[in-house]
Amino acid sequence: MNFVVPETGQYLSPAAGEIFVALAVLVIMLATVFARRAARGLAYFLTQLTLLVTALITISTLDSNTHFTFSDMFVSDPLSGLLKLVVVFAVMVALLYGRGYLADRKLDRPEYYLLVLLMTLGMMVMITANHMLVLYVGLEMMSLALYVLIAFDRDSVRSTEAGMKYFVLGALASGLLLYGMSMVYGATGSLDLTIIANKTSAFAIDSPSTDRTVLLFGIVFIVAGIAFKFGVVPFHMWVPDVYQGAPTAVTLLIATAPKLAAFAMAVRLLVWGLPHLAFHWQSMLMFVAAASIILGNLAALVQHDLKRMLAYSGISHMGFVLLGLLSGFAHDGVVFNEPIYSHRWFSLAFSGALFYAISYVLMSLAAFGMIVLLSRAGFEAVRIDDFKGLNRRSPWFAAMMMFVMFSMAGIPFFVGFFAKFIVLQAVLEAGHLWLAVVAIVMSVIGAFYYLRIVKLMYFDEPVDASPLRAPAELRVMLSVNGLAVAVLGIAPQALLTLCEHAFRASSLYR
Amino acid sequence: MTDIPFLSLAIWVPIIGGLVVLATGSDRAAPLARTLALITAVFAFAVTIPLYLRFDAAFSGMQFVEFAPWITHFGGHIGGSGNINYHLGIDGISVWFILLNAFITILVVIAGWQVIQNRVAQYMAAFLIMSGLMNGIFAALDGVLFYVFFEASLIPLYLLIGIWGGPNRVHAAIKFFLFTLAGSLLMLLALLYLYNISGSFSIIDWHQQREGLSAGVQNVIFLAFLVAFGVKVPMWPVHTWLPDAHVEAPTGGSVVLAAIALKLGAYGFLRFSLPIVPDAAIALAPLVIALSLIAVVYIGLVALVQADMKKLVAYSSIAHMGFVTLGFFMFNPLAVEGALVQMISHGFVSAAMFLCIGVLYDRMHSRQIADYGGVVHTMPKFAAFFMLFAMANAGLPATSGFVGEFMVILGAVKYNFWVAFFAATTLILGAAYTLWMYKRVVFGAVRNSHVAALTDINGREFFFLAVLALCVLAMGVYPFPFTEVMHVTVNDLLRHVVAGKL
Repeated sequence: MNFVVPETGQYLSPAAGEIFVALAVLVIMLATVFARRAARGLAYFLTQLTLLVTALITISTLDSNTHFTFSDMFVSDPLSGLLKLVVVFAVMVALLYGRGYLADRKLDRPEYYLLVLLMTLGMMVMITANHMLVLYVGLEMMSLALYVLIAFDRDSVRSTEAGMKYFVLGALASGLLLYGMSMVYGATGSLDLTIIANKTSAFAIDSPSTDRTVLLFGIVFIVAGIAFKFGVVPFHMWVPDVYQGAPTAVTLLIATAPKLAAFAMAVRLLVWGLPHLAFHWQSMLMFVAAASIILGNLAALVQHDLKRMLAYSGISHMGFVLLGLLSGFAHDGVVFNEPIYSHRWFSLAFSGALFYAISYVLMSLAAFGMIVLLSRAGFEAVRIDDFKGLNRRSPWFAAMMMFVMFSMAGIPFFVGFFAKFIVLQAVLEAGHLWLAVVAIVMSVIGAFYYLRIVKLMYFDEPVDASPLRAPAELRVMLSVNGLAVAVLGIAPQALLTLCEHAFRASSLYR
Repeated sequence: MTDIPFLSLAIWVPIIGGLVVLATGSDRAAPLARTLALITAVFAFAVTIPLYLRFDAAFSGMQFVEFAPWITHFGGHIGGSGNINYHLGIDGISVWFILLNAFITILVVIAGWQVIQNRVAQYMAAFLIMSGLMNGIFAALDGVLFYVFFEASLIPLYLLIGIWGGPNRVHAAIKFFLFTLAGSLLMLLALLYLYNISGSFSIIDWHQQREGLSAGVQNVIFLAFLVAFGVKVPMWPVHTWLPDAHVEAPTGGSVVLAAIALKLGAYGFLRFSLPIVPDAAIALAPLVIALSLIAVVYIGLVALVQADMKKLVAYSSIAHMGFVTLGFFMFNPLAVEGALVQMISHGFVSAAMFLCIGVLYDRMHSRQIADYGGVVHTMPKFAAFFMLFAMANAGLPATSGFVGEFMVILGAVKYNFWVAFFAATTLILGAAYTLWMYKRVVFGAVRNSHVAALTDINGREFFFLAVLALCVLAMGVYPFPFTEVMHVTVNDLLRHVVAGKL
């Protein structure tokens, strides 16, 4: 394979955002070295500025076309544009929420912000990859930064333990993914997702150049790698421990943007790269999704630590995202024991999954933001009992948390309802009635632990009646975030249209 | 028909008013919150009056229709309109419930005027918002819009029971929420299925939909609706949440629960089950009738042995609602109209019963029948009102309770003698449990010093009891305005059901 370095700016422009972040990391590193005393504030400020400019670059380069560059290893399309925007936005909000928290615990060292930027860069690369190795490089860049971030509170045993756990398991998952990629490479002779899609199409099925067994073997490992990054059953064990062990500001980062990166990874690898083998990965995802929804909801019922509860609830939410992803293809018939996929695919399912993922990020940001809001120096509001009587202490933020809890439970008028609604519609349209029934039964069970939080906030008397003390920026942003959960529930049209446009315009069959 | 969007006003005036009341904040501003809540409730009732005055009783279709696309994302790949719309309209079935709902909301606001001293703004706001949401349920003509209002109305009631309820309120609130949620999620699956065969979320389109509704499919959809609405009504054997919720809820919560929330389930049968899957409705009618008769007879007997007044009235509500579902599934106009009249009448009577119990509870802080006795000696005015409502609850002629029951029993005689026979036991059982309770509470010698210290009702309490008494009597003596508007719609509905879709 000949790698061609693009010569003119036109070919670099699809990667402008990534290049900018990479350069900014270097600049900030140097700047904080020389700034000495003001380094902390400067690093925070420059990081937010970088993210803002990245968002602007992403918006300005956004159009309805698909651009390839770097020998087709890199793709910029409406889907990547939307995902990048939301990722950058989520990181910005997470940093804003976490700032005071980190300062209270003396964790706001400049390295923290550099690592966050590197993580963001990794996610952006994952989102724009059209090549398995590029995707892998992005994944590792994100993961390595996260390993360090999780263990950032190095004096805390829990934090370092969580970092270690995530590192060992993450390395294993990366290995599985890479192994799967090598199998696919062995079967198709390429790592380029477009070429893989063509080689595995129905017309190439009987050609001797494609080895079915190796290919299917590879898919199993790829699905395992994806499932790990989503944090879904049976690769979910790390999720509660890491969420609990990491400093809450870092949990905010893990629980939000990387889910979108995992979504991008799943879409690129499975939907873009291996659409003709959908029958196989769909059946794997069905098991994974159903198991996640069941286990996530049941395990969340018995948690007393809010971060663990949200971790298990996140597992079930990711199960819902997978439900959407697996409902996107319907096969037209079976030829040679192999289902044949025509162009009949339901953008509703994919855009529904994307809508779900974005709304989950929004809800998750607000939920962990509430923990930060209630915490202060030397005190972590991680027990669910810490939310007792919040309505007495601050009716406004109790209402915000209530919005988020009802939204996560899928009650209208909140965004979580429409997310569940669209995904369920897609699942039914694809004909998987049993999956819809499982999802619905578990939603009722899951509603209990969200209701319990509302109960604690509204029905119980506060243990600690002191009013909330939090920086104004946190209060304002958290209010905007909570209101967004409600407003998007009443008017979801705009976001839905964006999600659908992202999938319609990003051509699937090239 | 008219340019003023009365239905939207009926929905959004109380909701926005509720948010304004919420903004008054702490209990220091409680008088302001109360006043604002009352103004909102009265204004919200005022905007529903034209719905009745301008209602064309000769027209069976939807009136006051409002239509605007809400979510257009779903269109395209199935055919049909495919959008989720903000589609409102009322017919002869729903018009009275919107008025009833707005009316009861005023009473609830007044009833909570002095009793609630704790988080007043939140209390009033929850009732107002719930009132708006319930109007939305009665007016929605889009399946998703209906579902959204249906589910969202759980939230305020959950908070009302949980915050201002009795000692066991948390259990009751969560039980109430989860029971209803479980039922309505099954309905969501049915709605999605209907969308997948019709390409539309419009309830009106579903009424006309024939394709894809074979007998088997209809039965499954019917059962899904039966669970969803049966929990809400509530029908035996999924009624167990109601006594808990009633006992623990504050007086206002009980009133709204009994007077309006229970009607949502029954309304759902008429709007969804009967017209969308008529063949299944006819085929499975014996099942519903059996469940209804169990509710009437068995729950009537259960009510007889209750020691707690609120629980007794709660069980009596289940029995009365059993009468309503019984009336619906005999498919003759007299019974269906009787059931509708029974629903409205039960709205007045159960509201009045719970308010009466609330009046006693505010003074004695007990709901146990055994703690009372001889109340008539200290509270004569109250005893007179309570007597009237107890009689109405037992179905005495010339009260509203009689009209509906009589019409349903007449309809039942046409349908099957034994059904009518068991249905008629309600007259005996209803009289037995209500009047026996009344006798133990009100008559006899003054039982203890607490009863001796009771003071009679004040002007505020006199006002809401008198208004309800007028309604109960007026409806009992002259029910024509109620039956008049529903007549054409009901006949049309039954023709549609009998014609079937197979």
